[in-house]
Amino acid sequence: MKDNLIQYILGIADNSLILGQRLGELTGHGPAPEIDIAITNISLDLFGQVRSYFQYAAQLSDKDITEDDIAFLRTEREYVNVLLVEQPNTDFGYVITRQFLFDQFHYLLLSALQQSTDATMAAIAKKSIKEVSYHKRFSADWMKRLGDGTKESNQRVQQAVNDLWGYTNELFMLTDADKQAIAEGIGVDVTLFKKEYYENVAAILEEATLEVPTQAFFQKGGKEGVHTEHMGYLLADMQYMQRTYPGMKW
Amino acid sequence: MSEKEIKNLEEIFDQKIARDEKIEPKDWMPEKYRQTHIRQMSQHAHSEIVGMLPEGNWISRAPSLRRKVALLAKVQDEAGHGLYLYSATETLGVSREELYEQLHSGKAKYSSIFNYPTVTWADIGAIGWLVDGAAIINQVPLCNTSFGPYARAMVRVCKEESFHQRQGYEIMLTLSKGTKAQKEMAQDALNRWWWPSLMMFGPTDDKSTHTAQSMKWKLKRKTNDELRQQFIDQTVPQAEILGLSIPDKDLKWNEERKSYDFGEINWDEFWQVVKGHGPCNRERLQTRVNAWENGAWVRDAAMAYAEKNAERKIKKAV
Repeated sequence: MKDNLIQYILGIADNSLILGQRLGELTGHGPAPEIDIAITNISLDLFGQVRSYFQYAAQLSDKDITEDDIAFLRTEREYVNVLLVEQPNTDFGYVITRQFLFDQFHYLLLSALQQSTDATMAAIAKKSIKEVSYHKRFSADWMKRLGDGTKESNQRVQQAVNDLWGYTNELFMLTDADKQAIAEGIGVDVTLFKKEYYENVAAILEEATLEVPTQAFFQKGGKEGVHTEHMGYLLADMQYMQRTYPGMKW
Repeated sequence: MSEKEIKNLEEIFDQKIARDEKIEPKDWMPEKYRQTHIRQMSQHAHSEIVGMLPEGNWISRAPSLRRKVALLAKVQDEAGHGLYLYSATETLGVSREELYEQLHSGKAKYSSIFNYPTVTWADIGAIGWLVDGAAIINQVPLCNTSFGPYARAMVRVCKEESFHQRQGYEIMLTLSKGTKAQKEMAQDALNRWWWPSLMMFGPTDDKSTHTAQSMKWKLKRKTNDELRQQFIDQTVPQAEILGLSIPDKDLKWNEERKSYDFGEINWDEFWQVVKGHGPCNRERLQTRVNAWENGAWVRDAAMAYAEKNAERKIKKAV
């Protein structure tokens, strides 16, 4: 049961870890300092959440491990984030679209997770949802600005929506760990709000004068540890110090 | 305005500064005062923004989650400092776009220290400890400078900088208590950052062109050499606690002066970097220009959207 809970925690926390890492790559390179600050802030929030989740997972583990062992010392196949969050920072349109598609999901997930029978998970969700409601507003506002801004911004963000759309369905796939956590009352059945998610997303896209993609082909694999080719490079970067100088304190 | 009237205004202005009263944006000020402040404040703002890059270089590779969060927050603080300082500079009647243009064209300068590369994790510690340490010594007197918006911005900036400095020192302390590889990494970083940090105080007093005027306007309260000495005297004991050695064979305590004597700074290197030929000058500037140019369509979209929204509101009201 404990092992399953750890696996369930990773399924949630790895998304924040990898998205936080992607956003951290952008610090200092944003279109304006105000945007830089906001994106860095989201990255900080996500890493803060990761630390709460991983500290809890480390505490549950029978092994003598820390949050950093979980964050930095797994193999690529052991990370269970969805493919969406590992997609690269192609341009600001992709950054915002990736954020938007994830935030809308993240908010619904945390809303439900607050009712978890596991007190720690419920507490983390309660703290995090305040942050994520800000992320959600930020990304939705930018979807509208880019969609309903200039012709160029509309085309760019539409391209990003079309390209990233295929990664949304994976958000709603249940792993074995999810199913067991749901049965125990700890986990959230994300399939229950899939319809609501797509309705919310469509409403904002429509307001942003963007088209809702109609494609029916979706990618999956992240939740089972089968990632896109981008992931290896992200991890090589992220794990560099821990791999080069094993066992040291920083 | 007649010459007499100008003279009268100048007198009032000088008296205000002598009484330690603040000059506010709407007050009359000599044109040279305005220009000097635009130059120095924007240079300071640019330094914050360019200064995000060498440290940003290690965000994705920070060795632990705790260090990653602290580094993200630090670099974010620098963006915030850049913003206050640009805003404070704008009160002198120059737009942010003009200021960016001056940076991107190479007309405006920023602190040369950011033209050195961050090659190991220890550099993040060394920058916090030495570079922020030197910056604080340079900047604390500015909290009392004569131009109000600058002085107020600096109060907040200095508080955050002193936090960064402690954070940097703590990274160095952890490394110095660590393995052989970590100690070597720390010593190597000190070796590379020591001399450029001393150069942050600018040329020696006899070569400094702006000192006299800046002293009068309280843009400076101590000379470059005095500040440099203060930095050295403060930092040497800190290095001793770390068990690291300062890379200066001439460094010696002078009992008579109650200060450290130190070796000759390589001024050729100083001028080479100032003139744009340091290890990273080209790259830093190009990165800023790229960020700005790649972001043009985003800023345009935000403007267009704001205009459309304003129109929609008017239509609704009608």
